[in-house]
Amino acid sequence: MKETLAIKILSSHCKKQVKAGELVVVPVDWAITQDGTGPLAVQQMEQLGLDGVFDQKRVILFIDHSAPSPRKELSDAHRILRSFAEKTGAMLSDIGEGVCHQRLVEDFVRPADVVIGADSHTCTSGALAAFSTGMGSTDVAVGMALGKTWMKVPETIRIELEGEFSPWTYAKDLMLFIIGKIRADGATYMALEFGGPAIDSMPMSDRITLTNMAVEAGAKTGLIASDPVCREYLKEHGRGDDYQEVFPDPGAEYSRAIEIDLADIGPTVACPHRVDNICSVEKIAGKKVDQVYIGTCTNGRIDDLRVAASILKGRRVARNTRLIVVPASKRTFMQAMDEGIIRDMVEAGAVILAPGCGPCVGIHEGILGEGEVCLSTQNRNFLGRMGNTKGYIYLASPATAAFSATRGAIADPREVLS
Amino acid sequence: MISGRVWRFGDDISTDLIAPGRLFHLRTNLPELAKHVLEDADPDFPKNVRPGDIIVAGRNFGLGSSREHAPLIIKMSGISAVLAKSFARIFYRNAINIGLPLLEVDTDHIQDGIVLDIDLNKGIVTDKEKTFTLSAIPIPHFMIRILEEGGLVPYIKKYGDFCLD
Ligand code: SF4
Repeated sequence: MKETLAIKILSSHCKKQVKAGELVVVPVDWAITQDGTGPLAVQQMEQLGLDGVFDQKRVILFIDHSAPSPRKELSDAHRILRSFAEKTGAMLSDIGEGVCHQRLVEDFVRPADVVIGADSHTCTSGALAAFSTGMGSTDVAVGMALGKTWMKVPETIRIELEGEFSPWTYAKDLMLFIIGKIRADGATYMALEFGGPAIDSMPMSDRITLTNMAVEAGAKTGLIASDPVCREYLKEHGRGDDYQEVFPDPGAEYSRAIEIDLADIGPTVACPHRVDNICSVEKIAGKKVDQVYIGTCTNGRIDDLRVAASILKGRRVARNTRLIVVPASKRTFMQAMDEGIIRDMVEAGAVILAPGCGPCVGIHEGILGEGEVCLSTQNRNFLGRMGNTKGYIYLASPATAAFSATRGAIADPREVLS
Repeated sequence: MISGRVWRFGDDISTDLIAPGRLFHLRTNLPELAKHVLEDADPDFPKNVRPGDIIVAGRNFGLGSSREHAPLIIKMSGISAVLAKSFARIFYRNAINIGLPLLEVDTDHIQDGIVLDIDLNKGIVTDKEKTFTLSAIPIPHFMIRILEEGGLVPYIKKYGDFCLD
């Protein structure tokens, strides 16, 4: 059988040929939770009467969503996770270490792994050719205890990418374009597999942005074959030995294939309150913004911060506009400091927050006021997402975000040089 | 057999609308969080929902975050079943895992406030006056068993493992 990437990974884990639509029980390599879903997972494990994890080196509890804690209830939720880690020997990634998905790609997940996480963006690790999917607390609790889960083997939509990005256009613009095309439920229950000549030359940070947002089209996971770019990335992160080649078979059966020439895409914006409500930046340029947010598991990597800093250097954040920057991980933060990026950003008027989710999910650090508009590099703009149902969230790339911050309004990054 | 009054919602009801991020700190206090269930989609819902009521929605119900607190507080509010044209994948799993019945069915013509009868096993939905009968996409047999046990935790407690066949 000619296998898609999803089927190849699941077949090797199940030690049998699996096919799309089949229900299977799969051993997992990683089971992870974060501070929003972890306490419930811990409680479910207690209900199960199981208090040990299947492998101490394969279960990770991340404290990233409300880190450091903004209120006592959340401090207590963090205590539950810390004491569970203490008791079971599971790994803990505490405040300041970064967003779970960023840490997973930097430090843990290997090509061909199966990852389950109590966070919808667990699909992010698919950029490393891992089958990585989000679930709820109970599913992950059972996975943490038993080291396996059940799932329906997904059909795959192949996204075939060719050509090159025009200047000031990035993977974020491409992914918003794709979601606008297939809609927010266009890949429900399916895997999105990205490939083609444009992927071969795409850096890991861009690939991670693509797989991160697979769930925004409803997908179970987003996948990209491992290749020399992936191998280099692992090496840079001290994990050269983790590399393994995994790729889909030529001629594998896809439920649908979508071909896109990157040259056809320009800077793109998703408008409130849907990720698939997209338009070109020209169309919405001039819209006043109160807050700009650069960061998250979607676009808080060093490459993102570099692009933003290159625009901010020598400019100023506009009056009456706030710019919040959150490096996705401690490693990213330190690298940005070493490169002088943080200094350039602070000088331009940015506020830098501790690595983590920051304002993304409306808990703390950048909640919108009534009627306020935020331009954000995150992955979701749902009503109420940034803590206020009377706020408006637009999504864009770090370049569009940084340039807009200097103008105080949504602005086309292609005008940076003019 | 489930019988209950309909609360009608539209397309794309996200888990942010069901269990808002601004109430993140209430996730370890579910009875408190449940007082706000779906209030960002319909402020009357948490005030007036009665045990046995049914949620009927459009496409892609439960999209977004994986927070299982969303189906949990819907269940705690007394809702007996959720019907939608389609569900987001994680929400669907979560609902079954915590024992909240749901059915994928063409909900276009189901109006707010009417009373529905639902046969979960057969996947049949009718209105009280029997003016229409709708057939739902069946829940996979394996998931029905989880539902029958009251969720994944009691299921695993009983069987010790996943039994697919
Ligand atoms: S950065 Fe935002 S989308 Fe990513 S894990 Fe954190 S809250 Fe979720």
